[in-house]
Amino acid sequence: MPKRTDIKKILIIGAGPIVIGQACEFDYSGTQACKALKEEGFEVILLNSNPATIMTDPDFADRTYVEPVNPEILTKIIEQERPDALLPTLGGQTALNTAVAVAEDGTLEKYGVELIGANLQAIQKAEDRTLFKAAMDRIGLSVPRSGLAHNYQEAMEIIEDIGFPAIIRPSFTLGGTGGGIAYNLDEYKEMTIAGIDASPTDEILIEESVIGWKEYELEVMRDTADNVVIICSIENLDAMGVHTGDSITIAPAQTLTDKEYQILRNASLAIIREIGVDTGGSNVQFGINPRDGRLVVIEMNPRVSRSSALASKATGFPIAKIAAKLAVGYRLDEIHNDITRETLASFEPTIDYVVTKIPRYTFEKFPQADARLTTQMKSVGEVMAIGRTFKESFQKALRSLEIGSHGLESRLFDCPDDYQRSLSTSELNELRQNLSVPNADRIWHLADAMRAGFSIDEIYQLSGIDPWFLNNIKQILEMETLLATQKNHVTNGDENCRELLLEAKKYGFSDRRLASLWEITEEDVRQLRHKFNIRPVFKRVDTCGAEFVAHTPYLYSTYEEECEAEPTDKRKIMILGGGPNRIG
Amino acid sequence: MKAILALADGRYFTGRSLGALGEISGEVVFNTSMAGYQEILTDPSYRGEIVTMTYPQIGNTGINLEDVESRQPFLSAFVVKESCPFPSNWRSQMSLDAYLKAQGIVGIEGIDTRALVRHIRDHGAQTGIVSSVDLDPDSLIEKARKAPSIVGQDLVQEVSCQQQYAWDQGVWNLAEGYTDASNIKRPLKVVAFDFGIKQNILRNLTTAGCEVTVVPATTSAETVMEMAPDGVFLSNGPGDPEPITYAQETIKQLLGKVPLFGICLGHQLLSIALGGKTFKLKFGHRGGNQPVLDKATGRVEITSQNHGFAVDMQSLNDEIEVSHINLNDQTVEGIRHKAYPAFSVQYHPEASPGPHDAHYLFARFIDMIKEFKKNQG
Repeated sequence: MPKRTDIKKILIIGAGPIVIGQACEFDYSGTQACKALKEEGFEVILLNSNPATIMTDPDFADRTYVEPVNPEILTKIIEQERPDALLPTLGGQTALNTAVAVAEDGTLEKYGVELIGANLQAIQKAEDRTLFKAAMDRIGLSVPRSGLAHNYQEAMEIIEDIGFPAIIRPSFTLGGTGGGIAYNLDEYKEMTIAGIDASPTDEILIEESVIGWKEYELEVMRDTADNVVIICSIENLDAMGVHTGDSITIAPAQTLTDKEYQILRNASLAIIREIGVDTGGSNVQFGINPRDGRLVVIEMNPRVSRSSALASKATGFPIAKIAAKLAVGYRLDEIHNDITRETLASFEPTIDYVVTKIPRYTFEKFPQADARLTTQMKSVGEVMAIGRTFKESFQKALRSLEIGSHGLESRLFDCPDDYQRSLSTSELNELRQNLSVPNADRIWHLADAMRAGFSIDEIYQLSGIDPWFLNNIKQILEMETLLATQKNHVTNGDENCRELLLEAKKYGFSDRRLASLWEITEEDVRQLRHKFNIRPVFKRVDTCGAEFVAHTPYLYSTYEEECEAEPTDKRKIMILGGGPNRIG
Repeated sequence: MKAILALADGRYFTGRSLGALGEISGEVVFNTSMAGYQEILTDPSYRGEIVTMTYPQIGNTGINLEDVESRQPFLSAFVVKESCPFPSNWRSQMSLDAYLKAQGIVGIEGIDTRALVRHIRDHGAQTGIVSSVDLDPDSLIEKARKAPSIVGQDLVQEVSCQQQYAWDQGVWNLAEGYTDASNIKRPLKVVAFDFGIKQNILRNLTTAGCEVTVVPATTSAETVMEMAPDGVFLSNGPGDPEPITYAQETIKQLLGKVPLFGICLGHQLLSIALGGKTFKLKFGHRGGNQPVLDKATGRVEITSQNHGFAVDMQSLNDEIEVSHINLNDQTVEGIRHKAYPAFSVQYHPEASPGPHDAHYLFARFIDMIKEFKKNQG
């Protein structure tokens, strides 16, 4: 089915101010949508209160209202503009909630405005815990045991069935605001009351804990002809219990066999159809029991989400742009893949690299904040890195954080000789605590635990982090040890060290980290690298694992044989970005 | 231990040995699936191929006893960027390297697989050689040049079973593993030709209600008809369909007498039996993300594919309808005979590995059998 001609004017809602749990990813998705719809000749009206966004630039919409994103203002704009359709799925939870409000109070019906992308019923089915659970039951999928409470008394009845630890999720809030994990009755009381207070519908979901289970996300897209594709699978390094926005996440999924992955794929297809998201992107989160593979559906976002932005950048498939086109009637097989040009958007991206996302925190600015990571999102930004292996992309992501880290520096030991010393009881307890209670620095503590001789199994038991990730991190540390022992050979420029240095670069070690391991300067390492002719190459992100020629210049560095950068002879200007979102 | 992969056109890659030590030639191809390497290793259609995985980290979930598609790996060699020595999955039994060693499969890791894949994409699939014995690139390139091409070879007889057997295992599920169908009522009798059959096809037929007997590739039409089957299945298999003349003849004789369903090589053989021709693709379709349009419904299905040859659309006569096409390159993905009960697809509805979007084709086969029986009275 080609583009719809019965709608001409479309209203898009932005995400409003950047808050924790909802950062610039929705500016990205909204901007993409505005651009795509304008290209298609639609008149685009935008509501967004945040002036520090690209989407509110005069070029992106035909008319932009820089006004508070709330139902009252939205109603006034609808009265004034009389749009044919409202697209609510690209501005995060704020946009979705605002659209729901004007749909429920009859405003949309009154002015004949159609909700496109996701209809009201689908949004309600995905967002309302009871409806969602019933929907999952209908398609034979499990969700964690749970109950809804509107007051403390109801909450007390539910906890008897579920037991501790219990997860508290307020309905209709963004980034899990007001939620948490209660391990005892005191915490439970505090959190249930706060949660009911935070929810616009005075409702909380109390859920069986699947803490320690593996967590996965799939990005799904559907068109009007019911074609459904998976854009990307994401595996969380942090086990269930940490908000996915606060988890270190990896694309694609690393520790699933095809049989297990297809279970998730089939479930995602069934979910988007059952929930009834007509067109566009959705995000489905799963928990998997690492002992037997048992699967539970955690939640489904019937809109473009934070993970969609990551998945778009991780695969080269522009989810928001395509979602906007699907919303106005196009089918996936009517849209071209911009990267390959010759193929269509109705395929599933395959990638030949590993993507790591690490969240960035600003706890130092809020000394009173509880720095434990829970189901309520606390990070303020994130970085993504691409490498040919997990080790490389992980180490590249660490140094992109701009928090003064250039690799897995020790927080506990002064130098490699120090690893042998026996730790005091209090040091050991603190280390164990730092592994078992998720926190912003856990990955560095984890490295120290390995240096201190903790076994992979012990760290797994404490942290719930899959041994696959732990073993990869261990390989990085073993490489550090090897590098340290070769210090004299390296600093003497011994030719035999070339292979070692190349291997270290393939592991993602920064020159700066190597410099500190060898106690020389970063410039010394760089010169040594150049002496040995070890230089990075640039590979293309092409959505297809090199099966087709890529035309979009979207590249990442790595240490391999072939470079695909193909720079021109033209004079160039380089622009530096701002790095991860942070406060200030 | 060092190893080298050399191509007939002179390009070579130096890496580390993976799996068994040795030297072997084959056609160098690539597969873009991110998961499912165990199924790929044991798919008999890879006979004669040196398979490169485009996803760089292979072996993460190890090797288990369940995810096999045939009695052993039949491919020539396996090429990966990094193999995982510490698999992590509740079903894992051993590492990829240990498995390849035990099966005597030569492999190489630590090379720039993306550079290799781009080379094959631009210059076409070609003969290559992997060696951990001879480490002289010039000598290996020379050997690769002299190694036989897979075009015109009958690889089917190297992988087909020698004797017929009955199959009674159903499809896999998480709770039970493979289901035992030996005591389940299966009203339809299906004879499946083994040109290099993947076991998941047999499992799907079984779960769909077929009592399946697998027969060798050279079985005659007469022998098949004596078994009084309700339907006949033509399996996937390795290499070039043209030299498999015995099967083409058999299919001609079966046509119209019994409902036929073909997958992959089975689809190519049916097409040739119907007067069509096949040609070699530049580098083939191998992966789990190929979009196919079902022309009857207008729906797009994401399919699992593994083939180096394809049916020439222009060669098909008026009796044949092209039912499915590939949306990437518009090649034939499925055909249907307008008069006889016979259809086939180029891709793999049994998946394993890959998406399950095309499972409906097994039901379509069953419907065709029932329809045929009804018409026969």
